[in-house]
Parts: sequence; C-alpha cells; structure tokens
Amino acid sequence: MNHVIDAFELLADPDAWGGPGGFGARTLEHLWYTALALLISAVIALPAGLVIGHTGRGRALAVISTGMVRALPTLGLITLAALFLGIGLTAPMIAFVVLAVPSIIAGAYAGVESVNPVTVDAAKAQGMSRWQVLTRVEIPLGLPLIIGGLRNAALQVVATATLAAYVGAGGLGRQLFLGLRTQDYAMMLAASIAVILLAIVLDASFEVTQRLLRRVPGLA
Amino acid sequence: MGIEFQNVNKTYPDGTVAVDQFSLHVPSHTSTVLLGSSGCGKTTLLRMVNRMVDPSSGAVLIDDEDVAGVEPVALRRRIGYVMQNSGLLPHRRVIDNIATVSRLNGVAKAAAHRRAHELMETVGLDSALAQRYPGQLSGGQQQRVGVARGLAADPNILLMDEPFGAVDPLVRLELQRELTRIQSELHKTIIFVTHDIDEALTLGDQIVVLKKGGEVAQIGTPQQIVESPADDFVAQFLGLDSARRTLSAAPRDDGGWFVSDAQGRPLGVVDSLPQHPGQNA
Repeated sequence: MNHVIDAFELLADPDAWGGPGGFGARTLEHLWYTALALLISAVIALPAGLVIGHTGRGRALAVISTGMVRALPTLGLITLAALFLGIGLTAPMIAFVVLAVPSIIAGAYAGVESVNPVTVDAAKAQGMSRWQVLTRVEIPLGLPLIIGGLRNAALQVVATATLAAYVGAGGLGRQLFLGLRTQDYAMMLAASIAVILLAIVLDASFEVTQRLLRRVPGLA
Repeated sequence: MGIEFQNVNKTYPDGTVAVDQFSLHVPSHTSTVLLGSSGCGKTTLLRMVNRMVDPSSGAVLIDDEDVAGVEPVALRRRIGYVMQNSGLLPHRRVIDNIATVSRLNGVAKAAAHRRAHELMETVGLDSALAQRYPGQLSGGQQQRVGVARGLAADPNILLMDEPFGAVDPLVRLELQRELTRIQSELHKTIIFVTHDIDEALTLGDQIVVLKKGGEVAQIGTPQQIVESPADDFVAQFLGLDSARRTLSAAPRDDGGWFVSDAQGRPLGVVDSLPQHPGQNA
C-alpha cells in the first residue's frame, strides 16, 4: 500500500515532472512515439484497408495476415529488430507499426463494407467515379468504424510504447525500467499510472470524436 | 432517334441468363414501361442504358450511338436515374443530394443550389425541406427528392427503377400523377420499370410485358394491351382473367348505366354504352 501512496506522491511532486528526464518530458516523448507509430501505420493501413473494402478483394488475405501479425509477441519483435538495427527508436517503432496496422486495416475495410450497397450503387449510377464513390460516400459513411480502428490501434500502441525504453529509446518506459532496476517500486508504479492515465485520456478523446460524429445525420 | 436495344443478351458467369435476345425501340420524348414480375430481367435491361450493366452480346444505342463506346461515368452524368428506396446520400442535405450531379459536372455550388431549388418546386417539395437530411423525410418525400436528383442535370433520358415501389398506395398514386404532370411539361425519354400493372397503364405510352429471361410477351400501348392481350400470360398478368377487370353494366332508373366489376363492386356510372353486336357490355 505504501508503494501506491509513494507513487501518487511522486506524481504530485513538481520536481519529478521537470527536467529532461522527468515525467513531463517522458510523457511527451511517449505521446510522440504513439502519434508517430499511428501516423506511419495509418499511412500504410488506411489505403490498404480502404482498397480492400472498396473492391472486396484481398479480404481473406487481410484477415489471415492480420491475425498472424497479431499473434506476434511485441517484446520479441522489438528484441529481434533491435538485434539488426541496434539500439534506438527504429526497432520499437517497427514493432508498434506491426502492432497497429491490423486494427487500422480492419477498421478501414469494415467501415467501407458497412456502407449500404444501395447507396453506393446509387452514387455510381449518378455518375460518380470510383474515386468519388470512395471519397464522397464510402469514407464519410464508414468514418465511425474507420476511427474505431484507429482508436483500437492507439490504445494498443500507447500501452506498448513503454517497451521502447527496453532497447534504449525514451518514453514513460524509462521510468518504469529505471524503477525496476533500482528496486524503486514507487517510481515503477508512478510510471504505470501515468501510462494508464495517458491511455484513458487518449481513449476518451476518441470517444468524444466518435460521439460528435454520431451526431451527424446519416452516420450510425 | 431514341434508345435502341439490339439483340442484347446478359449471361452471368454462373450461367444464369438474365436477358436473352432482347430488342426494343424506345422513341424519344415518350415513356416506355418495362412490366414484369421479379426475375424477368427488367432492371438488368434498364441498367444497360447507363452501363451499370454491360450486355454479354448485342448493343444498346442512344440516338444511334453505341453506349459501349461511351465512358460510363460521363454517360451516367447525362442520364437521370431514379431508384427504389431513393438511394439518397444519407449524410448530405436534400439540397446537396439534388445538386450531386450538377456538382459532378462542375457547376458552381451556388448555381447548382439554385437549380436544385427550382427542381424542388418542379417535383412539389416544400423548399423548407432543403436543409433536411434524407432520414428526416417521409418515404414519399424521399422519392420526390430522388426524382429531382434524376432531373438535375436536365438529362434527355430518365431511367426509373420501381421508384414508387416502396411507398404506400395513396402516396404512390400522388407520385404517379406528379410524374405524369412533369412528363407533360418536360417530355423526357423515360424507361420505367415496374411490376405494378396499374402503374404501367397509368404511366406508359408504350408498355413492354416481359416473361422470364427478358422474353417479350407483348409490346403495345396500354389500350392495345388491355384490348387484345397477345396470349394467356399477358391476360393473366393484367388480371384480365380475374374479376377485377371484368366489368358489367346495369341500366339505372334515371338513365345511364351503373358499372361494377364481376364481384359486384361498384366502379361508377356511364351515360351510354357503345354499340357492339352480340354483346351487352
């Protein structure tokens, strides 16, 4: 119980937040990793998922391959990548992207597939090109599910970003591993709590976005 | 001039023959109704005109030009298309739905909206509905928006695929009347698909009765088809063999004739009956 109280005291201490290695800087670093991983994943996964949803092709392949990728142990992947790429951010970033891509792909194709085929057919019959059907009908109407995919990915990455510190990068994992090695359990716990809070805040902001979207008529 | 189906056939990869050796001339500025029950290929035929379906063999010509040589997207933008359940974009306001095709054709937003407002008037929609979303309209209103959208680019051709199939009978009658009025003003070349015989008789200058596989049972004006159905199939489809269309007349006390159907349901009165040798009704 003492560790918990100590952890909160640590989090309440302004000194612990300041400085280049403080909680403040690490939290920003953590967020930056999450955002970067999400951005790279989205650049890869959104087009892939949208194409799968739009054409209906490659769906089976996507389901199988994303299922396989999901089964990969992230820590193992980071270690393996670090063996080839050395210490730093690149190795964990690859692992985060691998972790995030399946959710985003699944959200994207599920979003496009969720659009009423009658609406899509009508859009085509009015003379929309495939691109216009995708950008003006399928993406806007599939947006709630597409964002849902990003939300899942964000949650997974923000939790897993802790592992970046395992191979020498920063983030709140630094505090966690530091606490582990120095048997400073209050610090470990404080870092965990910070990650949890970050995850909750991130998830809540996605929730708000999705709720706002649901207010737009036509989006279920 | 007009639309010409030349020996079109549609066979799907699984071997289903939707339409076989179908030929038809649809004259310009008239409305032709493709009438048949489900599975007769009527929607397939309709969708061949704007290349939503390409025939396996044969050709569809618009004003002597084979549509196979026209880029589908460009073709569709100059052909109005109205479908069952409206097919409106649920995330766009009524006004933007109607303006869709104009906007695709590169018309500026303000001009497209002006045109959309005009069309709302044409199809009898209150302009207060312009800012609503399709989900906030009744079924009948949605279909009116669908018709307005189909007319937005001022197309010569209007394809209508059971547009009034999903609304209740009263609204359907009203929409049919409106369409008749609009057609009397605009004179579009209309192909109208329906399985509703009364709708066909109301709206068609020419009716094509279809059997399974797009086989033509009869082509004619409404009068020709009711007067002399080509075969038992047509007669049965029209309900000519049922009590509904078999009328009888009885003299009224104060002159004229009282008309009822074979089940005795009163239909109306006529002043006089035409003379016909050997028959009394």
